[in-house]
Amino acid sequence: MLLITCPYCGPRPELEFAYGGQAHIARPQQPADLNDDAWAEHLYMRDNAKGAHAERWRHTHGCARFFNAVRDTGSDRILATYETGTPRPAAGDLVGGAA
Amino acid sequence: MTSVYRTKDGGRIQRGKPLRFTFDGRALQGVEGDTLASALLANGIHLVGRSFKYHRPRGILSAGADEPNALVGVRRDAARYTPNLRATQVELYDGLEAESQNRWPSLALDTGALNGLISPFIPAGFYYKTFMWPRKAWDSLYEPFIRAAAGLGRAPTQADPDRYLNRYAHCDVLIAGAGPAGLSAALTAARSGARVILCDEQSEFGGSLLAETSATIEGLPAQVWLQEAIAELAGNPRVVLLPRTTAFGYFAHNLIGLNQRVTDHLAVPSAEQPRERLWQVRAKEVILCAGALERPLVFPGNDRPGILLADSARTYLNRYGVRPGKRVVIITAHDGAYRAALDLHAAGVEIAAIADVRATADGPAPQAARQAGLPIRLRTTITGTRGGLRVEGVSLAAMDGGPSQSVACDAVLMSGGFTPSVHLFSQSRGKLDWDPAAQSFVPGRSAERERSAGASRGLFGLAEVLADGAAAGADAVAAAGLTPPAPRRLEASGIDLGTDGFLGALPGAGAPGAKAFVDWQNDVTAKDLLLATREGFRSIEHIKRYTTTGMATDQGKTSNMNALGVVSEALGTPIPAVGLTTFRMPYTPVTFGSLAATSRGVLFDPVRTTPIHDWAAAQGAVFEDVGLWKRARYFPRGGEDMDAAVARECLAVRSGVGVFDATTLGKIEVVGPDAAKFMNRLYVNAWTKLAPGRSRYGVLLRDDGFIFDDGVVGRVAEDRFHVTTTTGGAPRVLAMMEDYLQTEWPDLNVWLTSTTEQWAVIAVQGPQARQVLEGLVEGIDLSAEALPHMSLTEGKICGVPTRLFRMSFTGELGFEVNVPTSHGRAVWEAIWAAGQPHGMVAYGTETMHVLRAEKGYIIVGQETDGTVTPDDAGLSWAIGRTKADYVGKRSLAREAMNAPDRKQLVGLYTQNPSVVIEEGSQVVADARQQIPMRPIGHVSSSYMSATLGRSIALALVSGGRARMGQTLFVPTADGEVAVTVTSPVFYDQEGVRVNA
Ligand SMILES: [Zn+2]
Repeated sequence: MLLITCPYCGPRPELEFAYGGQAHIARPQQPADLNDDAWAEHLYMRDNAKGAHAERWRHTHGCARFFNAVRDTGSDRILATYETGTPRPAAGDLVGGAA
Repeated sequence: MTSVYRTKDGGRIQRGKPLRFTFDGRALQGVEGDTLASALLANGIHLVGRSFKYHRPRGILSAGADEPNALVGVRRDAARYTPNLRATQVELYDGLEAESQNRWPSLALDTGALNGLISPFIPAGFYYKTFMWPRKAWDSLYEPFIRAAAGLGRAPTQADPDRYLNRYAHCDVLIAGAGPAGLSAALTAARSGARVILCDEQSEFGGSLLAETSATIEGLPAQVWLQEAIAELAGNPRVVLLPRTTAFGYFAHNLIGLNQRVTDHLAVPSAEQPRERLWQVRAKEVILCAGALERPLVFPGNDRPGILLADSARTYLNRYGVRPGKRVVIITAHDGAYRAALDLHAAGVEIAAIADVRATADGPAPQAARQAGLPIRLRTTITGTRGGLRVEGVSLAAMDGGPSQSVACDAVLMSGGFTPSVHLFSQSRGKLDWDPAAQSFVPGRSAERERSAGASRGLFGLAEVLADGAAAGADAVAAAGLTPPAPRRLEASGIDLGTDGFLGALPGAGAPGAKAFVDWQNDVTAKDLLLATREGFRSIEHIKRYTTTGMATDQGKTSNMNALGVVSEALGTPIPAVGLTTFRMPYTPVTFGSLAATSRGVLFDPVRTTPIHDWAAAQGAVFEDVGLWKRARYFPRGGEDMDAAVARECLAVRSGVGVFDATTLGKIEVVGPDAAKFMNRLYVNAWTKLAPGRSRYGVLLRDDGFIFDDGVVGRVAEDRFHVTTTTGGAPRVLAMMEDYLQTEWPDLNVWLTSTTEQWAVIAVQGPQARQVLEGLVEGIDLSAEALPHMSLTEGKICGVPTRLFRMSFTGELGFEVNVPTSHGRAVWEAIWAAGQPHGMVAYGTETMHVLRAEKGYIIVGQETDGTVTPDDAGLSWAIGRTKADYVGKRSLAREAMNAPDRKQLVGLYTQNPSVVIEEGSQVVADARQQIPMRPIGHVSSSYMSATLGRSIALALVSGGRARMGQTLFVPTADGEVAVTVTSPVFYDQEGVRVNA
């Protein structure tokens, strides 16, 4: 069970959280302007990274807020957590200094 | 004690405290401090079980968790019977009842041993090769045979009466294993002020020190030092000591599962204590001090009772005061067996021969053995053993062949060297390195915040192990952010045994007729492994599954490395290239009781009930589970079955009035200046023009365009919506709302609050609903003009504030009375009393389902399955056409979402009106086509309608709306059912009644 640091509450066990998929995918402002391929890309296509992966989590059974985490999908280490709407930390700012 | 096998003194047992026990009904005696295994050996009993496949007689092989043979069932009473316990880990108590397993009719005479006679016909992969065809023979022949032949214990049939608990803990340093390395690490960490948890699977801390008779630490005899070390740790309030506690699993982010056996060793367990406790420990740092496991040697006939591991024999002698036999032969590839030989020799056991497979043996232990006059033969192996239920002798021969010589004995001790116990390290996803000098896998790069110390990373000298433990303790403390004490080297004297060993099979293991076992528990021989390589298997993972080596409950603790050695030699591939199979948790079996803890019976899952639940139960309602909720399904009267009750309830609602508990519906309060804007962006409907006091049937899609949830939404005020969801959908709808609000539209000023449990909801439905409520409300005008269909008002009912909706899920004039939950029961009973003059019935979910199906109202999750659009479900009318965007809108514009052959909601009439089709049935256009038929749709709802006097069904059928009047077919096991496609609205198509 992962230990996840909620940016608002601190470290908590994984069972307090819900996974929310890949982070930094903004819903287009005008979906009608997208053709079918571009809309399908937005809806369905996601990275399948081995290594650092920015993803959304929600502290469902805590503060109930969404936030983002960078997790190493190979080791399951959480390299950073940060508030929704803030940019993904640079590689040098991650735990261990690199992704 | 009169047993010739029990020594007069020494060991950690208390000879003055005899304990009675039985084994297969035979009354025996042991002493306080014995394990079941040591007590059996003290009684001269080696034969404890039959092997899994060949039913060969088997004895005690080891003295610990690695035991593959001595699996026993231990009984306290009919409900307390635990199978498959390792006798080497069962602590003896007065009155213990144990029995052997996997034998019939008795241990000494086992008819299953016939398998041994036909064993040439049960090679590796036998089951794969034999039990294949014909298919029907599986049920009648193969499976019964396999189940009867498969041994191991049986579970008790009664429910487990014991209590098990679960505990969470945090610490700076968790140390798994309290041998010399673990104790040294714990002392260092504790002296730094760290919060320490030290656990060990054994009843006593000390590990190898418990069998130590000559070594000294800090000038003290090892066992005296041990006592002082434990006393220091026990006196430290920041240290938790957990004996009888196995670290069985290493989970992500340093979460370690510990299984603590609290009462199993007690003759009379206290009712106050749980039987076992599962600890989930989140440790900042972990130190693995799991020690090492001695390897058996693979020679023909190496599995007879009386043949055991050399260091285990030394443990039985030094710790338990038990001699394994009177005259023993030793076979070894490691100096440790000489130390065992010397101790046994000093205890009066005759050493008939020491066969050393190595060319030289010049370490201090062999030298001492030579000086003691023990008969040592170098470059010598065992080519065969004799004996039925106990070994009677061995044949010794030179490693390179030649004549053999018979030597009589009643026990054989073997040592192939030691394998570091890297199970927990491997579970933590750390990378193992191959140490060519020690011929073993040792911990390499860590994946978690842990380090190994002592024998578990291939160090064996006592001084070296103590120093390594202290260094690991200091390292862990520093990593946890504390200051370690200055390093201090412990002085220790212990005999240097080196790191020699042997991997694989000894000469003769492949000879005709030879049975040289690699895996005792799964009965895998060296020849089975060789056969697998001859048949083309190369990967150790495949060989493992084909031969089942290492797949038994002991997970190959004694067998994995020898199996690798055999395969490596056969393939001519070095061991690290052959690879190692994955170590999986648990390290040793963990009971379901421990894992389930208190999650049993009524505590297994939370139960949600409404304030009307007890009233419904008192009325004799039959309940159904909907998610965690208990919902009244129907209210049978006077012996009615469900069909009769539902028919009566339906007719009563259509002709008079019924009352229904709708409390479980999900409810979300959407509040704020941007509430309407938020609802507009989310739901398909248009909300901005909806006036306060009016409501709408809302449809919520995912952004892929498919229906996600639905429910009536009332606008309570300009800035306030009362949103209802499906019973099961409330959490996911709120989660979706929060998701969009927090991450896509943080600009919106809106608050979301779950109010599901704040409101009790009482639906009053039927032509006489208004009359029932009229006398109960205050300040509310229920007339059709003041409160038309799809509107709401606030006021009081029975003196209690209410949000009263005019709405209907039945097609009749209807109201849904929302009152604070705490008043739900009282208001319900008042409505019930007011309804009696009108013949009011209480109805349940089944009647609700039929009534709504008669009106063609969908249920999300029944008519929809995640691939249904609003148009498919006939809900296009709900969509706000002029809205620029809402969740799902872009997807609905895709061509495929508007294809004319999409499955559309229709009604089906069976041509025989008394036939009720099974829900989930497929619909076909032509019943005469060949199987497999091409389905064009499926039945989503199907009921007998008392109102219509015939059956009705809802279905999703390809291009369904263009098929009105067509005859289609529903294939069933009893032939096809002809149906006519019709409108999904079966009753009151003009909607007159709902507007009454
Ligand atoms: Zn939080």
